Amino acid sequence: MQKVAIIGGGIAGMEAAGQLNRLGYEVVIIEKNNVPGGNVANWDRLFPHQRPAGEVVRTLEHETENATIIKGKTVINFEKSGNICRMELSDGKVVTANAVLITTGFRLFPAEKKEEYGYKIYDNVITSADLEKMFSSGKGIVTPSGKIPEKIAFIHCVGSRDEKVNNRHCSKVCCATAVKQACEVKEALPESEVFCLYMDLRMFDRHYETMYHEAQTKFGINFIRGRLSETSEDNSGRIVVKCEDTLAGKPLKMTVDLVVLMVGMEGEGNRKIAEVFKIQMGKDGFLDAADDYLNMTQSSREGIFLAGTCTGPKNIPETIAEARAAVSDIHVFLNRQQASV
Amino acid sequence: MKNEGKRRIWQEYQKEIPNDHYFYVRSCIRQNFFPASEVMFLKIMKDELGKDIYENEYHTTCSGIGYHSDVVPLETTMTVVARQFALMTEAGYENFAASCITSFGLYSEIMHTWEEFPEVEAKIRENLWKATRREFKTPKHLAHASDIIYKVRDEIAAKAKYKLVNRHTGKPLKVVEHIGCHYSKMFPSKGVGGAEYPYVLTGMVESWGGEIIDYPERRHCCGFGFRQYLVKANRGYSIANTKKKFDSMEPYHPDMIITNCPGCPYFLDRWQYAIAEMEGKTYGENGFGIPVFTYEEVASMMLGYDPWDMGLQVHQVSAEPLLDKIGLPYDPAKKYQGLHREDLGKPVKPGCLKVY
Amino acid sequence: MTDFGYTINKSHRIDLDANSTLLAEKVRLSEPSFKACIGCGSCTGTCTAGRFTQLNLRKMQLLLSRGETAYIKKELEKCMLCGKCMLVCPRGVNTRNVILEMLRVLSNHND
Repeated sequence: MQKVAIIGGGIAGMEAAGQLNRLGYEVVIIEKNNVPGGNVANWDRLFPHQRPAGEVVRTLEHETENATIIKGKTVINFEKSGNICRMELSDGKVVTANAVLITTGFRLFPAEKKEEYGYKIYDNVITSADLEKMFSSGKGIVTPSGKIPEKIAFIHCVGSRDEKVNNRHCSKVCCATAVKQACEVKEALPESEVFCLYMDLRMFDRHYETMYHEAQTKFGINFIRGRLSETSEDNSGRIVVKCEDTLAGKPLKMTVDLVVLMVGMEGEGNRKIAEVFKIQMGKDGFLDAADDYLNMTQSSREGIFLAGTCTGPKNIPETIAEARAAVSDIHVFLNRQQASV
Repeated sequence: MKNEGKRRIWQEYQKEIPNDHYFYVRSCIRQNFFPASEVMFLKIMKDELGKDIYENEYHTTCSGIGYHSDVVPLETTMTVVARQFALMTEAGYENFAASCITSFGLYSEIMHTWEEFPEVEAKIRENLWKATRREFKTPKHLAHASDIIYKVRDEIAAKAKYKLVNRHTGKPLKVVEHIGCHYSKMFPSKGVGGAEYPYVLTGMVESWGGEIIDYPERRHCCGFGFRQYLVKANRGYSIANTKKKFDSMEPYHPDMIITNCPGCPYFLDRWQYAIAEMEGKTYGENGFGIPVFTYEEVASMMLGYDPWDMGLQVHQVSAEPLLDKIGLPYDPAKKYQGLHREDLGKPVKPGCLKVY
Repeated sequence: MTDFGYTINKSHRIDLDANSTLLAEKVRLSEPSFKACIGCGSCTGTCTAGRFTQLNLRKMQLLLSRGETAYIKKELEKCMLCGKCMLVCPRGVNTRNVILEMLRVLSNHND
């Protein structure tokens, strides 16, 4: 039986594993963490329909029941001889396969890199990921100071569209996530005032504009077009937020109880993968596909395929579709390989 | 506020500051505003700590004040700075220490420009040679004088007779630190602690027993801004910036302000008088102002120098409340005596701001 | 008090800690479609009055939402209620009624 190794057990890897199994391939998933699901597993609910992230992860996990999953390990060495890919893992064990699918995804932008935003310095500055944890905990929305917030500001584009942190790209999903989270907060705390500070509101997909419309008309979220310039803390531990209201053409200041930084997707975590597999990576840390228009699933090296956010920011349906597309390409590749033997 | 978060950032912005052997250049305006501060710097470094600090009488303005006011072209400024470097080279020094923040920022900008564009440096070398027949090496290390005091802060603490502690309550004094804009906003890596949470003055205050206040408008400019002040019609803008800072720090009841720029202590000090005259508003205790000091003055107070020898009588806001808190003695009768103990006469008291 | 020949400049920034958004809230209650504005500027782009005056409905509704009420009434009075802005609004805001409601709450407020 021909074998495919999948690097990364996030949603792209799990989806591809299921499809490959169904096509009759043996699959091994190598996941660096001890739990599968990647970044999605750390989320509470998902836009646009508030589906629990756990449900999505569990459904996909079910797909992988016939695959071998190696958890808590990374690939430290890769060699290819003929049709065989040989991978040495961090524990010294060796995995061989006929093709490799890389689904290593993204890393959340470390918000403390934006020093002026005060993350890990001012208590009441948190990230979108921290807020999801708060949602998941079921303990309600409480600021790190222990207060039920009355005013909350969501800051879009943290670590995205920002050359100062080497991330020129738009992370695509943060606008929709901010609107989703803003509505969730307002739903939980109807008396609160919720603000979204955005540069451009990129609600690009079918149902997203409806979310935005509801955020305005149903939830009364305040949208301010302006990028956060800096935060500071006042003597009661509240956060002073400064930006320009670019539609009004005036500087703006407000004091809030909680600031939520919408951290973007970084490719940076893929550097090691690119080195080990000797495949091309862009300056932004995302892996380079063979063709940005017609072939997003082939890497720069034969027999190594790519899917999901390791090649750039994507939402969940795009990631899933790409995983399936990669499976189709791997299938064609392995058929040809077998025919030539 | 999580201090460990700031410490993590401070770790990332360490700069190499030599311990000794500096070619020291004075500031144009400090020699008029706070003349004793530079004297005290030299006294502390040479007499107290035995360091080698060299001054040269042929040093001129760096012309930064003209450059930042749009009246001196950059090429001229660069040539003037090249001449200062020539004086340093001729004196046999490699470490350059600037008393002025704008000079420090300007030297950083020029050295960085020369690194990026060697052809500009070549042109300036030619200019200097044609004009003065001098040649120069660029400094191996560039430090602001506050970097050096930061470097030796623990040596000063070890010799200190006083601390930034309220002797009546035993509690650390609440200190506002104000960093000159040109210290690290242009080149965060050239300043101790970077630009967002600079550590240079915080390090001194921590070492000398005080407690730093981080208030919302901490990063805001003092309001000097050269052009904004130099034209009288713009002064309402200058003072508005200063007032914004005071309004923001007021709820914390700071005991004092420490600064590392020529302009900042001057404007933070004098504008308190102007704000009081214009709007009747004062920010210190009981109608007094919040005393503002240079870091050299604070170091001198720690070491127990006579307040009138370090020039505290030229401040608009009375320093006496702070001196009483730390317990540093002073003789009110000698406040307005000259170098040879002659009577200089008392200044007129302001209408609103209370002074000693 | 001393006259130094200049005064301390007043801040012109939007201070959401000090401003009241009560009037905007009143307009939102009486004309809920006001909430759906996305600030695209279609209304201003097509405005008959805006071609010859400084009237800018996008900006006026925004300033009201931010509690910056100083100049809005005077500006809105330039409107001729032609209704072209209603035709172009992509979010279906009843802009004509928004103008009338804004004027109403501002008049009551000023009285």
